[in-house]
Amino acid sequence: MAYQFDFVDVFKYTDVLARGVGLTVTLIGVGGTIGIAVGIAGAWARGYSGNRALEWLVAGYVEAIRNTPFLVQLFFIFYGLPSLGVRLTEVQAALLAMVVNLGAYATEIIRAGIEAVPRGQREAGASLAMTRMQVFRHVVLRPALQKIWPALSSQLVIVMFGSAVCSQIAAEELTYAANFIQSRNFRAFEVYFVATGLYLVLALLLRQGMRSLGGWLVFGRRA
Amino acid sequence: MIDFTAWDIVRNLLLAARWTVALSLVAFALGGLVGLLVLFARVGRAKPLRWGAVAFIEVFQGTPLLMQLFLVFFGLPLVGVDTPAWFAACLALTLWTAAFLAEIWRGCVESVPKGQWEASASLAMNYLQQMRHVVLPQALRLAVPPTVGFSVQVVKGTALASIIGFVELSKASTMITNASFQPFTVYGAAAAAYFLLCFPLSAWSRRLERTLHVAHRN
Repeated sequence: MAYQFDFVDVFKYTDVLARGVGLTVTLIGVGGTIGIAVGIAGAWARGYSGNRALEWLVAGYVEAIRNTPFLVQLFFIFYGLPSLGVRLTEVQAALLAMVVNLGAYATEIIRAGIEAVPRGQREAGASLAMTRMQVFRHVVLRPALQKIWPALSSQLVIVMFGSAVCSQIAAEELTYAANFIQSRNFRAFEVYFVATGLYLVLALLLRQGMRSLGGWLVFGRRA
Repeated sequence: MIDFTAWDIVRNLLLAARWTVALSLVAFALGGLVGLLVLFARVGRAKPLRWGAVAFIEVFQGTPLLMQLFLVFFGLPLVGVDTPAWFAACLALTLWTAAFLAEIWRGCVESVPKGQWEASASLAMNYLQQMRHVVLPQALRLAVPPTVGFSVQVVKGTALASIIGFVELSKASTMITNASFQPFTVYGAAAAAYFLLCFPLSAWSRRLERTLHVAHRN
């Protein structure tokens, strides 16, 4: 007997899915914003702080994060940190893991953008008696972000896909919702099919959102 | 109650790491093979094949790897295929790797000057001959650093196989933690193991990129 697909059973749980989508959007919204801020700070520390120890520290952070899986980072934060007395809720741990993860990638991406800004611009800034910090903030940062905005958007999408793993510490995002529904109605394939479709849509929306945000924030066009 | 010494933890993690390595190798090798096929379809002239390749790449790059794992793991049994965790993990990771490698390699193929295609066409070469003798050898040089770089993503991607119950480094960490109640040490050690696997690949990829740039300038 062939298997009968039944998607109606999934859509009975629309409210559960909606709450899951809500948390996934919140995670990527908040985590993405803070993560990019961390990335900017990290890129500054590596190229403009003039502090060797800080440079090495940030380089170590970037390498450590980029060469370990997100899942292990998440477990380390959620299960490992309490033994140091840092107790986080599921959502806090998920957010922290996403910020730490995105921060490392964003540091590397933004640093590449900064290196692509012509040297003359920095020197021009310095010749106007700007401090290093002022040159970074007013001269280098915006063209750097313009250059790497598409790469940063892609990284954000990757981090959102990574957030599916947060279901494993019971943060109730989209994948958690899917797991919950399939444990109720045993329609695993249908549920994950719908969830996958939702991720596809979320990714498209996130890309579009980043394009609008970039146009407004980084490229200075009022969209 | 059994006491877990540091050595017990490390020994068990190392045993499990073999499966991480094996899964990575399989996914990377098969993914490369499938990726090559997708690449041929993607840059070829046959429209339906091209669209198929685009769709394949979009779907696998545009959805979470975890969802792909779930769909394979829960979907194949519905059509009567017995699907143990290792098989689902191999298949999903292979397809995922293929999508990314095909897209990376497409960039390399497209950076080969158009004149090369035209010149080889004027020598009456067919598509496969053009790819085999003219385009791929030139694209290969560009393709090596990002391909090595992507292998790091494959190794990290295998961690997700733990979620469908395949016992590799991550799953073993969870199991050891459940027995030893030392999450900080165990997950720290697991992270270190992943780092030892991935960092050499990252560093190698970076070095290849530098030497390639030098070759470019000369």
